[in-house]
Amino acid sequence: MKRFFPGWIKWPQLDYPLLLSLLLLIGFGLLVLYSASGQDISMVYRQGTRLAVGLVAMLVLSQVPPHILRLWTPYLYALGLVLLLATWFFGVGRSTSRWLDLGPFRFQPSEIMKLAVPMMVAWYLHPRRLPPDLLSTLTSFAILLAPALLIARQPDLGTALLVAVSGCFTLFLAGLQWRLMLGAAGLAAAATPALWYLMHEYQRNRVRTFLDPESDPLGSGWNIIQSKIAVGSGGVIGKGWLNGTQSNLEFIPERHTDFILAVLSEEFGLLGVVFVFALYLFIAGRGLYIASMARSTHARLLAGSLSLTFFVYVLVNGGMVSGMLPVVGVPLPLISYGGTSIVTLLAGFGILMSIYAHRNFIR
Amino acid sequence: MQESQHFRNRAATAFLLIAGAILLLSLRYVYLQVVSHDEFSTRSISNRVRIVPVAPNRGLIYDRRGRPVAENLPAYRLELVPEKVEDLQSTILALSSIIDLPVDAVEKFQKNRIRHRVFDSVPLKFNLSEAEVARFAVDRHKFAGVEVVPYLARHYPFGELLTHVLGYVGRLDKEDLLRVDAGNYRGTTHIGKSGIERYYEDRLHGASGIEKIETNAQGRVLSVLERQDPAHGDDLILSLDVQIQQAAWDALGDRAGAVVAMDPNNGSILAMLSKPSFDANLFVHGISAENYSEILNAPNRPLFNRALLGGYEPGSTLKPFVGLAGLELEVITPDKQVFSSGNYYMPGGSRPYRDWKKGGHGWVEIHGALEQSVNTYFYQLAYEIGIDAMHDYLAQFGFGDRTGLDLLGENRGVLPSRQWKRGQYGLPWYPGETVIAGIGQGFNVVTPVQLATALSALVNGGSRFSPRLLFASKRLGDEQAQRTVAPLVQQIPVRDPANWAIVQEGMRRVVHGEQGTARAIKPDSGFQIAGKSGTAQVVAQEEGTDHQSSETAMHLRHHALFIAYAPFSRPGIVVAAVVEHGGGGSRQAAPVARAVIDAWLNQELQP
Repeated sequence: MKRFFPGWIKWPQLDYPLLLSLLLLIGFGLLVLYSASGQDISMVYRQGTRLAVGLVAMLVLSQVPPHILRLWTPYLYALGLVLLLATWFFGVGRSTSRWLDLGPFRFQPSEIMKLAVPMMVAWYLHPRRLPPDLLSTLTSFAILLAPALLIARQPDLGTALLVAVSGCFTLFLAGLQWRLMLGAAGLAAAATPALWYLMHEYQRNRVRTFLDPESDPLGSGWNIIQSKIAVGSGGVIGKGWLNGTQSNLEFIPERHTDFILAVLSEEFGLLGVVFVFALYLFIAGRGLYIASMARSTHARLLAGSLSLTFFVYVLVNGGMVSGMLPVVGVPLPLISYGGTSIVTLLAGFGILMSIYAHRNFIR
Repeated sequence: MQESQHFRNRAATAFLLIAGAILLLSLRYVYLQVVSHDEFSTRSISNRVRIVPVAPNRGLIYDRRGRPVAENLPAYRLELVPEKVEDLQSTILALSSIIDLPVDAVEKFQKNRIRHRVFDSVPLKFNLSEAEVARFAVDRHKFAGVEVVPYLARHYPFGELLTHVLGYVGRLDKEDLLRVDAGNYRGTTHIGKSGIERYYEDRLHGASGIEKIETNAQGRVLSVLERQDPAHGDDLILSLDVQIQQAAWDALGDRAGAVVAMDPNNGSILAMLSKPSFDANLFVHGISAENYSEILNAPNRPLFNRALLGGYEPGSTLKPFVGLAGLELEVITPDKQVFSSGNYYMPGGSRPYRDWKKGGHGWVEIHGALEQSVNTYFYQLAYEIGIDAMHDYLAQFGFGDRTGLDLLGENRGVLPSRQWKRGQYGLPWYPGETVIAGIGQGFNVVTPVQLATALSALVNGGSRFSPRLLFASKRLGDEQAQRTVAPLVQQIPVRDPANWAIVQEGMRRVVHGEQGTARAIKPDSGFQIAGKSGTAQVVAQEEGTDHQSSETAMHLRHHALFIAYAPFSRPGIVVAAVVEHGGGGSRQAAPVARAVIDAWLNQELQP
């Protein structure tokens, strides 16, 4: 084999359990998307193209040594902040300014931050003594809060919280003391009423609807109710692929994007739900395992927080679809139809694979 | 290494936390998909499956020769499910750019919307034009919750000719629902508002069906899962003959008036019209305020059904009945003679009661008194019978009471008596009032349909029917139509058939006698018609005035009345005609009756 390749091209060293479970998830996701799109094969093709782009990004990043990634980190973070500021002035999008129009394609800068924030916190913490002292903790909070607040202003509260949470995970894995964590949690709880006043009216309505969806079954409660009906009517084994009436008759809103889990639950039942949940748990667990194998602090923190953030998406989306959490615009990772998030997620797994591939080097 | 161990602890803790979280989330799915599965299953089915009522097709109406007079034409209406429409105001605004939406249609929609059940569709506009249907089809995707629905619209091919008989259907409203079984009308949009359409509403409507349909979230119907067909309403065949009706219509010309023609042998109505009339089709799709006020303010009140509601003084048309009363009550004999001098005085009275002919008619017996319409003869006769006996005898012919025909809102008319006057005015009866009652004046009020009914009884040997417009009705699937029989209300006792023949002969002479008041309508063919003219005073006649002349202002002129039947020997048709402000009965109303009889004869001669 080596005869056909120049010496500097190494046969990619990949984490096959992670890759296989990702491919399994993606394949199943495309199956569900075909049904959720109303059997629109062109939508499946488009999603497939994005996945291909994401997989290429994953493969490329998997070959970049973690210390190179570490060198890029401050620049990536700074670029992300600049772009977020740019949305303030040049943003496009329905009623919110989340998107930047870059000619051929539109681009959501907040997606960069999903990777850049844990990377930056890890970058900041790695040369320091761990567990972090109060000063490093506060600096870390500043690193994660700056983009989170900019994203919240767009307004995109869901992503803002996820970005902030991903930074918190880095701190947690860095060994932040429990009492500091409890203090921060207490502070956050105390700040909740203030948050209410900072929220836009549509965000408050989402919370109100979440608390009592039946109060307006045809209006804002519609999404939650229809989604719950879809999930509940699926039963244990589901109505069968392409047979979901809630989905095919368009009762489920955003059925191919944020609520695709409702389609899955309706057609594949509890078995399907448990199957994908198990896959997600395996992927996150594998990520944490890779993190534990890493030799550098930076790689450990980065791999761990990426895995945990990925899983938080699943929990939030799963909670939203089943009516446990308010409706926030969080997609089901790798299954929901949509551009930027798939590429960022797979790029994140590329970083994980790079960390896995370089686990034996100490730098 | 100590740091990496610390990290492993944290990573393990994190894994336990997320595993616990996903377990909790899974339990939530177990709760939804296993514990509450039945509940959500039901809700999922009721989400997509709706049971909608299917309106039955309204029965058709034919005339006695099978010509359709009320039919159902395919049409399209615009319907809206308010719950499915995001912004009602802007949707209606957007719709009005492609479909002509009058303000009253939108108002009506808003009113109907309130009483509708949730997720039922509410009609917004009926009878869309083809262009409107096409324009909507192009833009349909923009209007979630709005549909163009095919339906059958009522249409009256003869327009205003039959309006006062058929009536019309109109939009179902809250008041209508009180008089029908509301459950059977859930899918129905139109209901009979007047005329035959209203009277026979229960037969015409039919029974509502049910459809189980599958819809998507926008309410679009995707498939019909189950269907229970509605039962088509009964088809009605009227005894009315459009040709005779048309002849009466033409004969009245542009004068206001009414004509009722009946078959005296069975009480079925052959023609019935009131002029002026209006086009009932205007009301079917909801009449515009503009059109309505035009009809409402038109001269001579087109909405007023004169055949049924018009109360007229019978005038001399009452004389044959008074004459028969005299003979049957043995107050007079056929050969009794009375001298007409031009003025009649009651015994002991000083007030003159006039004859219509200056100088009087000389000596006349009953035949001549009818032929020439001699007032003096009937002044004297009424005086001799007395008001109460006259009332009791004439009441047998249905005067002063509703005929009970199959239309609503009939006028009773007035047949005066002492008791009636006391009840009505609290005043005693004066003998002079008996005298003028003998020539059908004073308190007497009749309707054209009463006159036709009474005359039928006079010529058929005393059988008084409650007239019927309905000839037969046919249930869907039945081979044979079910014949309707006009109820016999009263069999008037006949003391001596000769008395009846005498009065009939008097009426024959009105047309065929040398001095007959209506000899102008005598057919040249030898076909025999009997009749009696009458003049209803609009204002009381004063000394020296003549309200029959053409110089008198139109609205002061008398109404012309004529009753007739033919053929004389074996009557097949009875006609009562009124021409408002026509002046003399024989000059104005008799030719109308003659035209109706001719049309009837034409129809009878056809195979």
